[in-house]
This record gives sequence, structure tokens and C-alpha cells, in this order.
Amino acid sequence: MSWNEIGSGADAIRKRINREPLPLLAIGLPWLSIILASMASFSPIIASAPILPPLAYMMLLGWRMMRPGMLPVWAGMPLGFVDDLYSGQPFGSGILLWSLTMLAMEVIDERFLWRSFAQDWLAASLLMTAYLGTCAVLAGFVTGYPLPFVILPQVLMSVMFFPVVTGVIALLDRVRLLPLKRL
Amino acid sequence: MARSQDRRPGYSRRAQYGIFTGYVIALLGVVAGVIVLVVSLINPDAFSFARSSAAEIARPMGQANAKGRATGQSVFGAIGAYFNAGRQNADLRREVDAARANAVSMQSLQDENRRLKALLGIVDPARKPVATVHLIGSTSSSTRRFAVIDAGSGQGVKPGFPVRAASGLIGRVIEVGPDTARVLLVTDPENVVPVRRSTDGLAAFVQGASNGRIDIRLINMGVNPVKKGDVFVTSGSGGLYPPGIPVAVATDPHRDGATGHLAADPANNEFVIVEPSYQAQAAAQLQQIARDGEGTAAETP
Repeated sequence: MSWNEIGSGADAIRKRINREPLPLLAIGLPWLSIILASMASFSPIIASAPILPPLAYMMLLGWRMMRPGMLPVWAGMPLGFVDDLYSGQPFGSGILLWSLTMLAMEVIDERFLWRSFAQDWLAASLLMTAYLGTCAVLAGFVTGYPLPFVILPQVLMSVMFFPVVTGVIALLDRVRLLPLKRL
Repeated sequence: MARSQDRRPGYSRRAQYGIFTGYVIALLGVVAGVIVLVVSLINPDAFSFARSSAAEIARPMGQANAKGRATGQSVFGAIGAYFNAGRQNADLRREVDAARANAVSMQSLQDENRRLKALLGIVDPARKPVATVHLIGSTSSSTRRFAVIDAGSGQGVKPGFPVRAASGLIGRVIEVGPDTARVLLVTDPENVVPVRRSTDGLAAFVQGASNGRIDIRLINMGVNPVKKGDVFVTSGSGGLYPPGIPVAVATDPHRDGATGHLAADPANNEFVIVEPSYQAQAAAQLQQIARDGEGTAAETP
């Protein structure tokens, strides 16, 4: 069964009657996917340069934009903590920056009520650039050897890659709402 | 996109308090983040216990991935090689010519070395590795360059131990958990390695530039004698790294040093070796010499 067929077709419609999504999956999948993205540093790639875009942060932005109000405002604190465990950044930078991101998204929601995807992409690009820049500055504090231009390819890659991440999140969202629980 | 429903709770006190509490916790998160960040800026090791337990949790995943890495890399390598085939061919031909010439001079040097050592009666102290390990993870999206290996204090790994691959230096252990350890890679800007040029012992430092390259900085300023292709090996000063491990090859000389690439790219090495720290070895050797000296002194009279 391909992903397009999920939740369509006569058989699927019959299966939907009397069903609802599993609460564990419906609530837990966004959290789980972001945490797993944080653990992407345990991927087969052993990099000698920062080449991967900040996948976990992009997942956070993607979920927050696709389903506003599903992740609570304070979600940045626990998720940022988990990201700090694996990211290699000075501890606490994730907690701080992810909390600030959730607050910034509240402001964006307040100011720009009806947004197209292009505007979402623009907002995410600005947030990701600010995030990567601040991370590099904080890492530069620790090493005492600031390297501002190292992150440029990474920033470009994150901006280009964001629609792909939103696509993955849309897919996960369909999985999240699969009617698996019998009423 | 429309405003979400639960931002307008109406007259429900409970919902209003819920939203208010959410904001309070979010702001507390910001404050907590600042405090934790300041603590870790002042004392970078403060949260190492949390990091190493997190690494322990991710260890099986990383190990499984490390097994699959060799195949994945050969796929990327094959695609890359296809694009570079012509240039690579010419480069390799040139390299083979140079290597042939080098091999001859190396042979004679080795002969001479053997003779001189026999003359002096020196035995090479065998450096016994602490552990042979997989690299199971790295901070691939941060400007800090760390990697994680799948051996820890249980296998006798301690902070400060150098980590090397067959072809050169990878980094040094900085945090140790029960079964995992965190390695500061040579490409991290915090990692400064004292090196010397392999041919004539020209002293320099190597510092990571976080972009896969490294900076080679000469200690003595003046006319820059570094040429493209010069190999730099660890000098052993500072006592962290044993001398003679290749670190970098200079590729782009500039006014007061050079930019170089790594002798051993961590991405290309499935297995790496953890060695005991050089200072401990040096101390043991000194003791050995002292003991030998006592022995000979006792015999002579």
C-alpha cells in the first residue's frame, strides 16, 4: 500500500467507521520524531565539518507550523534539552534557543494570521539562520576561536532543505492520524 | 493559516489559566537555558554525565550504523570518483612517481636507522593500544567537532588518551562514560596539536578550522618555508600525543603558515585505535631507563 492510499478507497472508509487515532501516536509522534532527529548525530556520517542541517530544529519548526497549538509553548525546553545531549553545542544553548523559538513562533502567529507556505518558508529561513548563527557564536565563545563563515553552506542547505522536511512531517502527520483505535 | 482555536478560550477560566501557565513555563525555559548555558560556558565539563548517559542510550544505534557505514561510503565514493576520474588519474600518476622516489630514499633511511639502533642498543618500546573501537557518532550539524567511540572506562579508556587511525591522528578523548567516550576531533578549533614537519622538524601548531580543513601555524615567524605537500607529524611536546603520528598535509601555504587537510579523515576510518596518553608512557620509559641505569651502575664496580 503506498502512502497515497492511506485513508482512501472503499475498504479504508469502512475501516474508518468507529475508529479514531491512537492517542499515544497522535500526541507522541511529533515529540518522538523531533527527539529521533536530534539523535541523527549517531548516523553513519562521521563528519569533519558541520555539513548536516539542524534536522531536529527544522522538525520542531515544521511541526509548529503545520499544527499550531499541538506542541505546547514550553515544548522548546524539554526538546532543546534532549538536543543539547547530542548536538555537541555548549549545554543549555538548545534549551535557550528552542524556548525562544517557540515564543517567536507565537509572535509570528499573532502578527501574520493567514500565511502561505512561502511565508512559512521565509519565517523558517530567518529563524534557522538566526539559530545557526547564534549556535556558531556560542561555540566560538567556548573555543575562543570564532569561525563565522563555516556555517554558510549549512545555512543554505537548511533553507533549501526545509520544504523536504515539511514534506516528511506531512507524511508523519498522516501516520499520526491513522484510525487505529476501535471505539 | 487560520488562528488556532485554543488561543481564544472565551470565558473559561481553566483554559485561560492553562495558556498563562504555558507562557510562564516557556519563559522559565528561557531563564533555565541562560543559567545552564552560563554554567557550561564557565565549566564545560559540568554536564558531561548527562551527555555520556545520553551517548550510552544511543550506543546500539550508532554501532549498527557504523557497520553499515563502509557500504554507504563506498557508494558516495564511487559517485564522487566518477566525477573526478580524469583529474584523479593525473594526480595519482604524479603521486606514484613521487612515491617511487620516496620509497627508495625511505629504504636507505630505514637501513641506516636499523644499523644505528643496533649500534645504540635501543629497543622500540611497543606502544600497546588500549582499545580498538568504532566511531559511532559525530556532531554533524554543530561547529564543534566531537565524535563518539564505543568504548569507555569499562575498556580502560581515560580522558586525554590520543585516538588515531592507521593513517594518522583523529583526536583525543575528553569525556568518558561506562561504554562510550567523546572524542575531540583534530578539526575542532579547541584542539591545538603541536607538530613538526616530517622532513626537517620545523615546529608548528595545528588548529582545527571546523570546516574539514586545519590551520598549520608556524612557531617561528619570518619567511614561510612551508610548501604544498609537506607532511606534519606530532612532535610529542606537551605530552598528550606520542611523537611521529601524521596529522596534516599542507595544501595551501599562506603568509604565516598553511591550510592543510587531514592525514586521517575520520569519515574514512571504520576502526580507530585508542592509545595510552604519551606522558604516562614517557614516565614509564624514564623509570625503565633509571632502573636499567641502576642495574648497570651496580654491576660496574
